[in-house]
Amino acid sequence: MSGVMKRMGMIFRAKANKALDRAEDPRETLDYSYQKQLELLQKVRRGVADVATSRKRLELQLNQLQGQSSKLEDQGRKALALGREDLAREALSRRAALQQQVTDLETQHQTLQGEEEKLTLAAQRLQAKVDAFRTKKETIKATYTAAQAQTRIGEAFSGISEEMGDVGMAIQRAEDKTAQLQARAGAIDELLASGALDDHSGLAKDDIQSELDRLSGGTDVELELQRMKAELAGGSSSSQQAIEGGQGQTRSQQQSQSDTPRFDKQ
Amino acid sequence: MIVRIMGEGQVRLDDGHLAELNELDDELLAETRAGDEEGFRRTLGALLDAVRRLGAPLPDDSLEPSELILPSPDATLPEVRALLKDDGLLPG
Repeated sequence: MSGVMKRMGMIFRAKANKALDRAEDPRETLDYSYQKQLELLQKVRRGVADVATSRKRLELQLNQLQGQSSKLEDQGRKALALGREDLAREALSRRAALQQQVTDLETQHQTLQGEEEKLTLAAQRLQAKVDAFRTKKETIKATYTAAQAQTRIGEAFSGISEEMGDVGMAIQRAEDKTAQLQARAGAIDELLASGALDDHSGLAKDDIQSELDRLSGGTDVELELQRMKAELAGGSSSSQQAIEGGQGQTRSQQQSQSDTPRFDKQ
Repeated sequence: MIVRIMGEGQVRLDDGHLAELNELDDELLAETRAGDEEGFRRTLGALLDAVRRLGAPLPDDSLEPSELILPSPDATLPEVRALLKDDGLLPG
């Protein structure tokens, strides 16, 4: 797939256009939607309150009418007792008219009560839905935020891995160079060992050796001097011995001179 | 596979439909490059219809990244060209 779909997908993933992100941020959409639901719930609640108010007004009216009705009934009874049948008739006919109004109002009252109950139930259900939505919204927002963070981490990691790639290259170069140097050093060692190359650096070793030789030689000289002094102090009677010893010592000195450097080298 | 139609929402598509859509998609790209306004409009409509017909819409509150993105139905050819050229991904 190399068409428009893929390319657009690549572009959107690649550049993560900030303006688009903001427009498409589901968190804002969710918050807005929640706000709308709250407004709706508020409307329903206001409706319930309005209906309840109307119901109460009807109840008051009903009470008034019933009061008037019983008053008219009393008046009729009194008129009849006084022998005024015409008045009693008037009172009763008015009461009948009131009674009709009362019946109408009672019907209205029942209707309103039913309406109110339905609305209350609807408001409760809506409240539950809005609550559930709020919970879900928060979950989604958290998920989205986490996903965003993950994306950021992912980006950071890919950035790091790129840098690590650079570091890796540097290490590789360093290793190559080291290996090259080691190979060269090895070759030089071999050449030196085979005698194809003069060991100029070996001069230092010789200096040390000659110093050691000189020191050990010096020690021999000192020892020799001390031995000679001791022999001389031993007396002239043993001059023969001394001559013989001297010869022996000369021999031993020659031997030590040839032996000592070999010992020191080891 | 999840496809977003810009300004409309996301649909989940079975990968099996991809070959069919790919033809239209490549056609659309060719027309976009050529600047064929009439063909672009026709093919974009056909492609969007096919995606809507073959795919199942995702709920609005789902949070899936889109693998493929399509221009909105009312996108014009210059807009799509600008979108594609913006990042220099469209060669030539």
